[in-house]
Amino acid sequence: MSLRVDDLTVYYRSLRGDVKAVDGATFSIEDGEIMGLAGESGCGKSSLGKSLIRMDARMKHVGGRVELDGSELPIADDAKMNAFRFRDVSIVPQYSMSALTPTRKVGTVARELLESRDVQFDTVKPELVRRLTLVGLSEDVLDRYPIELSGGMKQRTVMVISTLLDPSLLIADEITSALDVSSQRAVGELLVEFRDRGFVKSMIVITHDLAILYQIADTILVMYAGKLAEKAPAETIVSAPRHPYTRLLISSLPEVGVRFDETRLAGIPGKPPSLLSPPAGCRFRDRCPLAFAKCEEEPPFVEIEPGHEVACWRTER
Amino acid sequence: MLRYLARKAAIYILTFFVAVTIDWAIPRFMPGDPVEGLLSRMHAQPGAEQALSGYYSQAFGFDVPLWQQYLNFWAALFHGDLGVSITNFPTPISELIMSALPYTLALLVPAILLSFWAGNKVGALAARRKVLDNTVLPASYVLTATPQMWLGIVLAWLFASTWAIFPVSGAYALDIQPAWSLEFVLSFLYHWILPFSALFLVAFGGWAIGMRNLIIYELESDYSNYLAALGAPSKLVRKYAYRNALLPQVTGLALALGAVVAGAIVVEIVFSYPGLGTLTLSAIQNRDYFLIQGIFLFLITGVLIANFVIDIAYVVIDPRTRIGMQGS
Amino acid sequence: MSVSEPPQPGVAVAGETVAGPASGAAAVSEPGATVAPHVHSEFLHFALRNWKFVAGATIVLACLLVALVGPLLTDNAPLAFTGPTDQPPSSEYWFGTTSYGQDVYSQFVYGLRAAFVVGSLGGGIAWVLGAGVGFTAGYRGGWIDDVLNMLTNVVLVIPTLAILIIVAAYLQVQSYWAEAVIIGLTSWPWAARAVRSQTFSLKTREFVDLARLSGRSTRQILTTELAPNMSSYLLMMFILLFGGAILIGASLDFLGLGPSESISLGLMMNNAFLASALLLGSWWWFLPPGLGIVALVGGLYVMNVGLDEVFNPKLRET
Repeated sequence: MSLRVDDLTVYYRSLRGDVKAVDGATFSIEDGEIMGLAGESGCGKSSLGKSLIRMDARMKHVGGRVELDGSELPIADDAKMNAFRFRDVSIVPQYSMSALTPTRKVGTVARELLESRDVQFDTVKPELVRRLTLVGLSEDVLDRYPIELSGGMKQRTVMVISTLLDPSLLIADEITSALDVSSQRAVGELLVEFRDRGFVKSMIVITHDLAILYQIADTILVMYAGKLAEKAPAETIVSAPRHPYTRLLISSLPEVGVRFDETRLAGIPGKPPSLLSPPAGCRFRDRCPLAFAKCEEEPPFVEIEPGHEVACWRTER
Repeated sequence: MLRYLARKAAIYILTFFVAVTIDWAIPRFMPGDPVEGLLSRMHAQPGAEQALSGYYSQAFGFDVPLWQQYLNFWAALFHGDLGVSITNFPTPISELIMSALPYTLALLVPAILLSFWAGNKVGALAARRKVLDNTVLPASYVLTATPQMWLGIVLAWLFASTWAIFPVSGAYALDIQPAWSLEFVLSFLYHWILPFSALFLVAFGGWAIGMRNLIIYELESDYSNYLAALGAPSKLVRKYAYRNALLPQVTGLALALGAVVAGAIVVEIVFSYPGLGTLTLSAIQNRDYFLIQGIFLFLITGVLIANFVIDIAYVVIDPRTRIGMQGS
Repeated sequence: MSVSEPPQPGVAVAGETVAGPASGAAAVSEPGATVAPHVHSEFLHFALRNWKFVAGATIVLACLLVALVGPLLTDNAPLAFTGPTDQPPSSEYWFGTTSYGQDVYSQFVYGLRAAFVVGSLGGGIAWVLGAGVGFTAGYRGGWIDDVLNMLTNVVLVIPTLAILIIVAAYLQVQSYWAEAVIIGLTSWPWAARAVRSQTFSLKTREFVDLARLSGRSTRQILTTELAPNMSSYLLMMFILLFGGAILIGASLDFLGLGPSESISLGLMMNNAFLASALLLGSWWWFLPPGLGIVALVGGLYVMNVGLDEVFNPKLRET
């Protein structure tokens, strides 16, 4: 499979104008690739992820094109997108713990959902049970109400349901944010296993946690203030980042075993620009230690070496 | 779950105690002597006053100490003895209430059930159709702000007095005897429509507004978003939303019972419908305190039982209550 | 469902705050903060632009105006037998006369005054009691909550009108102040319940914990943290109680349990009905009082819906 995103621009309508959440994103994902989408809160990563499957009521598609497996994804048309949802593109949402309606048994929800998508439940039930067992849940989860399950159980159930039809692209939106470290690891490993077993062809894992991305992602795409900053293999991002923002991010990561009074934790002073009326030019300009005159002009997101794209004038050859 | 229901039952029993005590206490602790008050309003002849005074004192139980009055009250209650009506002497009050009750129930039960069902359906519909929303919602606000007896008066004036489509009073034609005959049933229905409508319309408004707001809220919930993200048709999403929105509405039903009963009382009066409402009015007008108290107790008991039934129903329909309670 | 127990969603709970600060690597983001809103300027700005609020408030103010100024425009006392009987509206008697020759217009405007008295006082008492009980129960929790809760449930289940019938029958209310008091004393439970649950949900929010951690006293927390967030809720609650009190009062008056020496809208309807105005077709006698109530209470409810949208941005249509 392949995903090609070309100049995708998505805005949020708000009372005070349009919030430019995603501004001209261009990237691609190959078959079998797990791409991490990282950045701080408000950088647009969740919006980007959501726009690929279902836009919020307040979101609007302003420009750009998305192509999945060679055919265009009609992301701007809610009705037409239905044909692609669940089968080709699927999502494990941030709110997995409350994604199942409290007044229906889990099995009933699964059955009614699948039947409404023209899938005979009895045909897929064996596979559903198999996958539930795989993630460590027993078949009688289907007979339970959500309130009877723990948070972790609910999340794993949602992961199984969302990937049941073997979608080409899975969007995992902040699914580890509410978990403790060991659960995070377990969920991360599950994601990789899903990909390895072919349940999912490729994935976008949205999170602000670079550490977990390093563990499970093949490539990492860093966003800042609605724009793409850098995309490279995970190893490269962590060991040899080229964008100043990425470099500051990595260096602000605490290292295990290092104590605070030996090496101070470096943050990045300042805060991201408002996305209502973002400044012209590079949006990281105000906080960037390497900013210079040319930064008043917006740097393009270009490939500086095979598989490594950056949007920064300083990396120009 | 049993503990939950037992706790609820305890509250209702406690409430019943409080209500009965209030009922017993009020005439005895109000300023002034109730017997004298009664007599002065009755303008009885001087000779009769003495006899009546004695009778009433005994009826109220003033000739025995307070605590004994209280116990006697309870004892009588358990025998189903609510006393004797003053105006309809010597008919026992329980008999009066029982003959009036079927008519009140005939109004109340359909009004409550149908308005709940219809109001919720229409409210849910209004939540997704802008056109409906813009008509149903303002209409519902007007309806829910309408005093039931006034609506009854207006309906009677329009449909019975001005355009003689329906009868203006009574539960059945004067020349028919209550019986299980087609003639009676038809006459009954014919007389029933207007008072029923008055109750139904006002209640309907309230449910429609509530459900509309709840559905909007539920359609934005996480489970709705999840289903939609996976491409579920909006019909399925709405079905789940409706199911979840019903829960607070059922709770609201328990809260609304008292108000609907109050509405039934005044509407009955407007249509001279031979139910508890008309009985109450005559009791008030004739200062028949025992009858008032009897009706009061009866209403309270009925509402408490209905509340309990609704509580049971709620446990059945909400898995969270059912299962959450099992854990504790 | 009638109005003395308004639908819960009509008093919507304030929107939830977004999840807290991001954890992990990027130590740069700022946690989403709930700031005590700049209530006044923002409120007015949105309130005046919300047509439901404006429409409702206009109607209510119009009724208030009629209630205040109306009586000044007539010399006829509402209960005085001043004119010919059963007259339809004319230039002399704007709303016509009753079967006893009383001025319907005069009755109407004085009745509207009584409605405001009963509504504001009855609603006010219920509000103070309900908010007090609910707030204390919600904030203190523990056994205080259990006791107050039991008390609330008991009073809640008893049908209001039944109690009022008993009390009013024996008490022989002679003023609308008294009627308002007994209405207030019996209508507070559902307000207590709603305030209690709102207090619960606010109590556990982060900003209260923060305040407590920084050593603020309970009273300070109440006034600076909880009160501003509850104030919108409390305002809407008062409006609903106001409307509800008017409706209950009208029923009481219709039953003949209200003051008989003065006039109210419910009593007008009672008199009209008993004098067979229905059959006589004297619509000018029984239509205005009901319309007055519908206008006033309906206006209050619509105003409330508008307020809800103003206070809860999620409900606003963009």
